[in-house]
Amino acid sequence: MATQHSRSAARLMMAPAVILLLGWMLVPLTMTLFFSFKKYLPMRGGDLGWVGFDNYIRFVTSSAFWPSVTATLVIVLGVLFITVVFGVLLAILLDQPMWGQGIVRILVIAPFFVMPTVSALVWKNMFMDPVNGLFAHLWQAFGLTPVEWLSQASLGSIVMIVSWQWLPFATLILLTAIQSLDSEQLEAAEMDGAPALSRFGYITLPHLSRAITIVVLIQTIFLLSIFAEIFVTTQGSFGTCTLTYLIYQRVLESQNIGLGSAGGIYAVILANIMAVFLMRIVGKNLDA
Amino acid sequence: MGQIILEKVSKTFGDVEVIPPLDLTIQDGEFTVFVGPSGCGKSTLLRLIAGLEDMTSGTLKIDGVDATHVPPAKRGLAMVFQSYALYPHMSVRKNIAFPMRMAGVDKAEQDRRIEQAAAALNLTDYLERRPGQLSGGQRQRVAIGRAIVREPEAFLFDEPLSNLDAALRVGMRLEISELHKRLETTMIYVTHDQVEAMTMADKIVVLRAGFIEQVGSPLELYHKPRNSFVAGFIGSPKMNLIEGPEAAKHDAHSIGIRPEHIDVTDSDGLWQGKVAVAEHLGSDTFFHVHGTGLGETLTVRATGELGYKHGDTIHLTPRADQIHRFDASGLRME
Repeated sequence: MATQHSRSAARLMMAPAVILLLGWMLVPLTMTLFFSFKKYLPMRGGDLGWVGFDNYIRFVTSSAFWPSVTATLVIVLGVLFITVVFGVLLAILLDQPMWGQGIVRILVIAPFFVMPTVSALVWKNMFMDPVNGLFAHLWQAFGLTPVEWLSQASLGSIVMIVSWQWLPFATLILLTAIQSLDSEQLEAAEMDGAPALSRFGYITLPHLSRAITIVVLIQTIFLLSIFAEIFVTTQGSFGTCTLTYLIYQRVLESQNIGLGSAGGIYAVILANIMAVFLMRIVGKNLDA
Repeated sequence: MGQIILEKVSKTFGDVEVIPPLDLTIQDGEFTVFVGPSGCGKSTLLRLIAGLEDMTSGTLKIDGVDATHVPPAKRGLAMVFQSYALYPHMSVRKNIAFPMRMAGVDKAEQDRRIEQAAAALNLTDYLERRPGQLSGGQRQRVAIGRAIVREPEAFLFDEPLSNLDAALRVGMRLEISELHKRLETTMIYVTHDQVEAMTMADKIVVLRAGFIEQVGSPLELYHKPRNSFVAGFIGSPKMNLIEGPEAAKHDAHSIGIRPEHIDVTDSDGLWQGKVAVAEHLGSDTFFHVHGTGLGETLTVRATGELGYKHGDTIHLTPRADQIHRFDASGLRME
């Protein structure tokens, strides 16, 4: 099918896209690498020359580094856990025939369309505000002291906000997967004597495993880089400073471009390790 | 034991009555086939027996015990689905073991029954494979294996052969018949293919729009169809149904004559017509004859090879003792 001619034509036509994407990736990456070996303080003397691996050592030895790694992991794993568990449950629920199914489905998908900044602001001011928030009123109605969500349960609050945004995505993917499950399989299992919970465990869940892997993979990539939710709510205080946010702080708050760039390179390496790791799992799962 | 009795069983979906109240008795050990055109309610009837659908009214008795409200797993019935419904992520062994695992059968007994079923169904070499790695016929056998190991009161088959190619279908048909002879368990088999019904059944139940048109042995249905629907449905090629003056000669609204009961001659026949299509099968020849003045095409089946081609005029004579007579409502007249 692919003749010599059609192959070279294909290469020619793909070239612009490939070159653009390569440039898009390579230019910032090279610049980050370049700055990471320099002492570069824009407000305090500018380019102060090469410093070797100093920035890399300073970044990891700083007292903020390990807490930021922990915070990142807590947020990523927490959100993954919540979205997958509730995503599966919601998908099963939405798969049941009911009145107004179309509208309910659209409502469930809706949070995904809200911009992260907006949703974080809505949560911060309308739900979690200790004076005017809905939760505060709810707590008061029961005679309890309102919780100061963003300072007392800061990580949990951010996990909650981000989960709310990503739950629709997980639900949507899992719902389409559940709809592709052959109903005869469930009926066969029912006739074979499997009660509802066993049918879920032996039939539905294995059927969903592929979709769950995809949800985990895609969400991990995006969750590693969440920024707006933290910027708008806690500004990285109360233990919510993730790796991404730490880099931002180093570059813009401390005005230390070299140090921030070194952190950026760490983040790139971390993301690649995760990617290889996840690709293996997905690859294994997609084979079957 | 596996006697199944349906009393006044009916099923409605919303306003649509799929199965009007119906009585049916299936004796222990009987191979019963539900046959009818698509949408006649035969699969629904099977699912009612299986318990996958709730009955709107009526009672179902299995071995004399009221099973109307018994959940499907407790009815002691095993079902083979049209799509086989194998569990794709489990090996063949685990698929077959699944019902026993759910029933809490101990491991040694499970293995014994699996080996036995696998040997009977030629699956021994495939036990560790996944369903996706098997051919259609092998998947079908796994589905049957999964049903056998439960040692059920009765087997329910829902068009099990419709996804197989023609050659494999004939083979599986024989295997299922043989299985029935060996196990002597009640089997209920749903199909739209009258050949399957004729070859496999002890008892055929012909359904149309949820109504039972006739119940009887294959040859009873062939020789004494209760009405013109059964007459047209059973037998291949279809029976010729003739109305008008020719039928009036026999004091009937319509008469039916099977293609194999018409003799073909060069001259001096009762009817004559032009051959539109001649299908030469070697063993038989089918003629589709036009212009007989008896309505539409007349189908004739002659044994062996006859040299007639398209456009030839042939003479036809029905065997007088093989003419079926039907009244205006389609019922058989004796």
